[in-house]
Amino acid sequence: MQSQATYNYKVVRQFAIMTVVWGIVGMLVGVIIAAQLVWPALNLSDVGEWFHFGRLRPLHTNAVIFAFGGCALFATSYFVVQRTCHTTLFAPKLAAFTFWGWQLIIVLAAITLPLGFTSGKEYAELEWPIDILIAVVWVSYAIVFFGTIAKRKVSHIYVANWFFGAFILTVALLHIVNSAAVPVSAWKAYSAYAGAQDAMIQWWYGHNAVGFFLTAGFLGIMYYFVPKQAERPVYSYRLSVVHFWALIFTYMWAGPHHLHYTALPDWTQSLGMIFSLILLAPSWGGMINGIMTLSGAWHKLRTDPILKFLIVSLSFYGMSTFEGPMMSIKTVNALSHYTDWTVGHVHSGALGWVAMISIGAVYYLLPRMYGKTEMYSTKLITAHFWIATIGIVLYIASMWIAGVMQGLMWRATNPDGTLTYSFIESVKASYPFWTIRLVGGILFLAGMFIMFYNMVKTISGEKAYEAPVLAPSAAHA
Amino acid sequence: MADFTSGFWNLWVMVLVALSLLFCLYVLVSNNKRHSGKVELHGHVWDENLAEYNNPLPRWWLYLFWITLIFSVVYLALYPGFGNFKGVLGWSSTGQYYTEQAQAEERYGPIFARFRGMDVAAVAADPEARGMGERLFQTYCAQCHGSDARGARGFPNLTDGGWQWGGEPDAIKATITNGRTGVMTPFGAVLGPEGVRDVANYVRSLNGLAHDSLRAQRGEELFQTNCVACHGADAQGMAMLGAPNLTDNNWLWGSSEAAIIDIVTNGRMNRMPGFGDFLGEDKVHLLTAYVWGLTNQ
Repeated sequence: MQSQATYNYKVVRQFAIMTVVWGIVGMLVGVIIAAQLVWPALNLSDVGEWFHFGRLRPLHTNAVIFAFGGCALFATSYFVVQRTCHTTLFAPKLAAFTFWGWQLIIVLAAITLPLGFTSGKEYAELEWPIDILIAVVWVSYAIVFFGTIAKRKVSHIYVANWFFGAFILTVALLHIVNSAAVPVSAWKAYSAYAGAQDAMIQWWYGHNAVGFFLTAGFLGIMYYFVPKQAERPVYSYRLSVVHFWALIFTYMWAGPHHLHYTALPDWTQSLGMIFSLILLAPSWGGMINGIMTLSGAWHKLRTDPILKFLIVSLSFYGMSTFEGPMMSIKTVNALSHYTDWTVGHVHSGALGWVAMISIGAVYYLLPRMYGKTEMYSTKLITAHFWIATIGIVLYIASMWIAGVMQGLMWRATNPDGTLTYSFIESVKASYPFWTIRLVGGILFLAGMFIMFYNMVKTISGEKAYEAPVLAPSAAHA
Repeated sequence: MADFTSGFWNLWVMVLVALSLLFCLYVLVSNNKRHSGKVELHGHVWDENLAEYNNPLPRWWLYLFWITLIFSVVYLALYPGFGNFKGVLGWSSTGQYYTEQAQAEERYGPIFARFRGMDVAAVAADPEARGMGERLFQTYCAQCHGSDARGARGFPNLTDGGWQWGGEPDAIKATITNGRTGVMTPFGAVLGPEGVRDVANYVRSLNGLAHDSLRAQRGEELFQTNCVACHGADAQGMAMLGAPNLTDNNWLWGSSEAAIIDIVTNGRMNRMPGFGDFLGEDKVHLLTAYVWGLTNQ
């Protein structure tokens, strides 16, 4: 018997399980605020202000992006970096700290946001003490990840790790710069920037949160789990090089498209627009590389619901990254901005791409964390897939229609130049579509409950498993 | 006006933009290899079976990338974007705004100007003018006063005949044109909690609401020394100051004893913004007629 080192699966297991838990919490809050738009009485104004849409909406966005998406990224990146570097995790105690630190941040967010503590910066609402905690956890994450890369047993760094690395580095930069603030009390600080500069830095952060947290990070997931599940080589190494560098170079510029036709100088708006357009090809590079990896193995889509999740997520990714550049064109933006079209666009990315690929990856991870290769029930994964897909389609289609309708109503004028519709008329006309959106959201949430049941059945009574570290393949020698 | 505080930043932006575009070009050109016949594995294997083919870039994708790059360069030549360079078309968002405004003024101005010479009562009686006034109201006034003009707590109801600043056409027009700032001075420190409560009971008694008559009696004395300067000896208010009539059972902030105590103790600042500069005289004229017409038809 020789004693062999094992991969550190504990932290992966913890993050994978919490991905499902926070997914349910975040999407439940989403369903609640969707219901509040249909039935405003659900704001419970008589009870207090903490249940209001304005308090719960940032809780929803933070929970799905940073709790659900964040846990998925931690779990997969810790798993992938160990296995593709053929070594154990660097600084395992620090890795454990990132788990407990991240959970603490999520709990603090869930308490402070409903209480009304907010910096007022979208997707960066948490107040300064929590911001500092995030910075500490994130730097620890970077140390663990890059430390593992440094002690790898193979010369070449696998493509998934490029994307994870870019995501970790950039999010650290974005978070620290955008959250710079002057504290005035224990729970209140004011931004270090003012006016148009503050808005620009906020959306430089905001769009790169999409670009690096929700895109680069999840492309890292894609580059490991799609070829693994399909058991096929990645389509093109060359394409991955080109689209990686082009993607991370151009995403940095795209933020100003959130501020078209505002006080932001014209030159900044133009640059935001053209670099958003240039982003189309680099974004699609990832989609092509993922989907074409399946060539020669298309038949597996029929029987493997995990592959269904992964491939459909890439289709939604391709669709959203076509829609995004289109909406960044000033004249299109003049119609789409401030409408539900934006909400639909975000959710085709968030539900279709981010959630679907995370769900697929977690279905792959969970059984392996317990020494198995299959979930308790494949049929339930298939059921989850179809319910989630129908939910997304209802959500996106209703928001498209509502958004374009709102945009057209707001710009419609009478022969005397007055507005044809008052704002409230466009609200009234939106109700049916908000109801359909609510149904879509409920379906997607129902899918998460199925996943939770499947997870509990898969892991209950099972012993945690740590796989032995594999020696690098001979091809690397 | 330059958007940069110094020539350095202008140069900085131009260099960064050029470098970014050239970098995209470089990764494209340096990886632009055509099919060499057979597709091979790249030669590395990770984690048992992770490998990569070395397929060339798809041609259609490559062209797509080229098209967006070329479009961007052309766009930067035509429109502002490349540092301080304004673009050959001379377009700017403020320029577009002023042009569209001038066009709208030219096209729609005469439609509104038709009613300029008519007096408010005549405009209010004209169905076409009333429709235009209502549409303006729904766009600019409904946010506070409600789409039915019945207001809300703190926002006056315009249909009940009660007017804080006067309901004559000229008064309404002045309110819309210049806005109003209503100030109720806080009396908590002057009257003390008991005194405030007495005054509140007196005010309620003026409106036939349930009250403590002993307190109301004491409150009347306090009222006559402290409140008459604005609300008048008969408590019927003074439109010139925006001091409301306290005898008509018409309440902007609520009629309960607690609500009145709050307002007497802490005072109140209330503001109606002015729309004269924004809308111009002709539209204000139509709005005046519409609002006046709500209670005078």
